[in-house]
Amino acid sequence: MVALINLGYLVSISLFVLGLKLLSSPRTARRGNFLSSAGMLIAVVGTLLEREIVDFRFIIAGLVIGGFLGLLAAYRVKMTAMPQMVGLLNAFGGGASALVALAQFLDHPGFKEAVFQATIAITLFIGMITFTGSVLAFAKLEGWTKESPVVFPGHRLLNGLLLASIVVLSVIHVLNPSSSGMLILIVIFAVSSVLGVTLVLPIGGADMPVVISLLNSYSGMAAAASGFVINNYVLIVSGTLVGVSGLILTNIMCRAMNRSLANVLFGGVGGEAAAIAPGARRSVKGYSAQDAAMTMGNAHSIIVVPGYGLAVAQAQYILHETEEFLRKKGIKVLFAIHPVAGRMPGHMNVLLAEANVSYDLLKDIDQINPEFRNTDVVLVVGANDVINPAAREKGNPLSGMPILNADEAGSVIIIKRSLKPGFAGVDNPLFYEAKTLMVFGDARETLVEILAALKQSV
Amino acid sequence: MTGNLLVSLYIFILAVFTGFSLISRVPTLLHTPLMSGSNAISGITLVGAVISAGAGKGRLSAVLGLLAVILATINVVGGYLVTDRMLRMFRKGSKR
Repeated sequence: MVALINLGYLVSISLFVLGLKLLSSPRTARRGNFLSSAGMLIAVVGTLLEREIVDFRFIIAGLVIGGFLGLLAAYRVKMTAMPQMVGLLNAFGGGASALVALAQFLDHPGFKEAVFQATIAITLFIGMITFTGSVLAFAKLEGWTKESPVVFPGHRLLNGLLLASIVVLSVIHVLNPSSSGMLILIVIFAVSSVLGVTLVLPIGGADMPVVISLLNSYSGMAAAASGFVINNYVLIVSGTLVGVSGLILTNIMCRAMNRSLANVLFGGVGGEAAAIAPGARRSVKGYSAQDAAMTMGNAHSIIVVPGYGLAVAQAQYILHETEEFLRKKGIKVLFAIHPVAGRMPGHMNVLLAEANVSYDLLKDIDQINPEFRNTDVVLVVGANDVINPAAREKGNPLSGMPILNADEAGSVIIIKRSLKPGFAGVDNPLFYEAKTLMVFGDARETLVEILAALKQSV
Repeated sequence: MTGNLLVSLYIFILAVFTGFSLISRVPTLLHTPLMSGSNAISGITLVGAVISAGAGKGRLSAVLGLLAVILATINVVGGYLVTDRMLRMFRKGSKR
């Protein structure tokens, strides 16, 4: 029976790997996700056959309750709220791993093996940081707490002290697991919970994509660590895959924002809009939706640059309608998606896919940047920093950040509420260029007007 | 047990390399489904939770196990379903 269960785990691992491999193309991705879930089912059913398991009541109750809540969440969540959803799922994964570690300790009284006790402490630590950190990230994204970074004096020192105390407690625990037992683990549990909060507090709204990715990585590492506790290879492999995935995404997000991970975690920026010098403001001429429609109608090629403001205004659908209309007229339309266009990695692609935009029109920064110079019109909706040419110059917060080369196109139409600078607080010189048409207004209402004007001109 | 740890470490390191080569191939287009889908995979801790909930070794550890099963199941079921919901939306061509 043990051999059979282990064989099942091997199949599960293979299906996870295959599932992730099929995610490399949108054509096969759905099949990949299905295979991955089949792997999970095999792993869980296999575990139910374990000789150790004598009582199924709690297992069934847990599966039913958790399954129902998971189903509910998956079908009710809005696509704009996907970062919150993933944040919450991170929290649950991390929390579950921490609880498993505690339960394992209780189930093996007097078991002094150092590796076992050490991995319990590590799992508790990573699991609880993930749990409380993710819950706070969720609350920030959901607007329950303020998104701006919360920094207080001695903040880093406090985090250092908390971390050091966890290390010391863990060492004490490993050296002498039986006498103090549960008490020390509970203290580690509590201190890690606090550390999760103090780690996420100083991180602002704009940096949330990094945090969500990092916590995603932690939730995987927590699962891997719990695999070391119960000596289970399927946990080690799958947890590690997720841990690595989260790290890669974290790195991509950091590079896209031109920030180091240390800077995001300890910088306490992102979210505060730095004031620009009032004298530096130049005046700018506002154009009407009709002007924009005329420019677009005469173009042969258009690149749309969407930002999160598009989703805030719920303008994806009207944008898709406009795109379809233009393409029917024989105008080439592509979408340029900056890595930080949404509020988590790949978020903007999901929002546009939901609005029925065909995925082969969605181009990432490396694919689209060479195209701008041969493009007639760029339409910018709800984006700012990602097209700010100031990033190419030295000495401002955006310096060095990879941007979309919108300024290389023939003309640029920017739909925006006001001249307010983006998250980085840097004024955008593109607004004042002769080729730029600033159309002030709500993204959705303005696009409705533009589409109406386009239809009239036919 | 030391032998076991060594095997576990071997597996861990190999998984790190596999992960890097697999995940680097996922296009930015699919990074959100990648996150939610891999998130569901990290719910694999459900395996450990099931063992704790069913081992019947003590009331407290069984209750902790139950809570862990609930959390991990939300993670697994919610993660896979929401990923599928998203991936269904990715279509080529403009018609529904």
